[in-house]
Amino acid sequence: MNDLLNQIELVGDWLTSSQQWRGDDGIPHRLLEHLTYSGLSLLFATLIGLSFGLLVGHTGRGAFAVASVANLARAIPTFGLVVLVVTLAGLSTTPVLVALVALAVPPILINTFEGVRGVDPDTRDAARGMGMTGWEVLLKVEVPMALPLILLGLRVAAIQVVATATVAAYPGLGGLGRFIVDGLARNNYELVIGGSAVVVVLALVVQAVFTALRRVIVSPGLQPSATRS
Amino acid sequence: MIRFDAVSKNYPNGTTAVDELSLELAEGGITVLVGPSGCGKTTTLRMVNRMVEPTAGTVSLRGQDIREIAAPELRRGIGYVIQHAGLFPHRTVLDNIATVPLLLGWGKKKARARAAELLELVGLPGDMAKRYPYQLSGGQQQRVGVARALGADPPVLLMDEPFSAVDPIVRGELQAEFIRLQKELHKTIVFVTHDIDEAIKLGDNIAVFRTGGKLAQFDTPERLLAHPADDFVADFVGHDRGIRRLSFVKAAELPLREGTVLPADSPVARARALDEPWVLVVDDGRRPLGWAAVAELPDGGTLADANLAPLGHTFSLVGDSARAALDAALLSPSRLAVGVDAEGAVVGVADAYELSAAMAEDAAVGDAAVSDTAVSDEAEVRVAKSDAGGGER
Repeated sequence: MNDLLNQIELVGDWLTSSQQWRGDDGIPHRLLEHLTYSGLSLLFATLIGLSFGLLVGHTGRGAFAVASVANLARAIPTFGLVVLVVTLAGLSTTPVLVALVALAVPPILINTFEGVRGVDPDTRDAARGMGMTGWEVLLKVEVPMALPLILLGLRVAAIQVVATATVAAYPGLGGLGRFIVDGLARNNYELVIGGSAVVVVLALVVQAVFTALRRVIVSPGLQPSATRS
Repeated sequence: MIRFDAVSKNYPNGTTAVDELSLELAEGGITVLVGPSGCGKTTTLRMVNRMVEPTAGTVSLRGQDIREIAAPELRRGIGYVIQHAGLFPHRTVLDNIATVPLLLGWGKKKARARAAELLELVGLPGDMAKRYPYQLSGGQQQRVGVARALGADPPVLLMDEPFSAVDPIVRGELQAEFIRLQKELHKTIVFVTHDIDEAIKLGDNIAVFRTGGKLAQFDTPERLLAHPADDFVADFVGHDRGIRRLSFVKAAELPLREGTVLPADSPVARARALDEPWVLVVDDGRRPLGWAAVAELPDGGTLADANLAPLGHTFSLVGDSARAALDAALLSPSRLAVGVDAEGAVVGVADAYELSAAMAEDAAVGDAAVSDTAVSDEAEVRVAKSDAGGGER
């Protein structure tokens, strides 16, 4: 019990000591690196996942391929992928981004696809029958109706990416993983726990951001049915 | 207005949804496509706005082959109502109704003003405008669906079983409202239903389809009931088509007796002298008060002192159909139907036998008349029809 309190105090000291808040090895700089990796991977993953998800959901063609690719990608070990790409491409941010994108695409792709596919056929029929073009059906009906699921996919992806971006530290890159990897190497547990705590807080912030986003951009007309799918 | 020329729709798996259909739908009328499921009625409807493309033949709208018009453009000029309304759940009622005007680029303000008008037209209160579809009942959603179809005031409306997903009471209301709307708007309407009663109630013309996408008969409701083209149509129309036909025979032409009608101040002796089991007692204005059973009359005094049995319902010689008259006879305690004029004054009475004899004659005469006047005389038929609806309740 005393040990635990001791640890907490040490971590608290670590988090609040002024040297953690400046310089290349300080929390702000590491956080910025972490957010850069996460943000970039999420951006690429969104471009890939969203466009394929919308395309397949809207046309109904390639649904099986989407499910297979997404499941396959889910089975790939992120860490293994980092090591593999480092071996192939050398040390740079690329392997980290590739691994994180591979991690983030499946939830975005699957949820976007399911969201669009799940639009009531009557509603889609009415939209076409009113004289909407394919693009109009997609942008004015399918996307707004799929938004709760699309946001869910993005949120899951974002949280996974933020948590997993710590692997960037293994091939010697920055980010919040630096604290954890270095702390482990040096048996410096307040460093490990302190770094982890920052990652956890970041994940919670991401969660909160998406909850707020959902409130703002999802139509109130969809709220009651959003839990249905 | 809408013309099908040898239109067929075959699917790659070998099924034929519509088989060599040729049909011309008149402008400004309601054409009902009716038939059992799988008869191609919905496919036929959906070929009008190119939601389904025919494999052979042409569909033309005002003389123009609809394949010459880009599908979205064509559809924006044709109202479309479907069974479960298909409202956009993420849009408010007002924005749902404004869909087509917005697609046509009217601008938000103008489109919403138009939508507000339509909301009122379909009988929904203005405070529904800001609600979302999930907050409405099925009947209200269907009204919004109709309003949305009317958005850009299209001359043609396609309605695919619009009232079949709501309960019978709401359906009746929606149908009555629909007849009222059509009187005001005079749209060319294609209406799909599997319910022959609905077809007869709403249709100016009815196309009966049989399984396999073949047109079995295209006629007015009166002719369909009087002269089904074959056994299939006769069977589909139902075994009570004889009774239903009476909705189209006007009560004004029925023979009535005046003898059993007496004013309330008549002496009882006069009622007895008639040698009838029942006399109808009327007031100074000849409005009916009730039936007096002659056997139970007091020994003296006037009919005003007698206990009167309630009237049941009367029928109006001005507006009601023979069906309402027959119904009045069957429900009356004296088995006599009471016919009244526009002011509610009694014209005379008749029993079911007298009525049916006259109806049989009338219907025979009516057949000949109907074939000549069916098209030109739509307005009159419509009056008879809506009143028949009232009489049934």
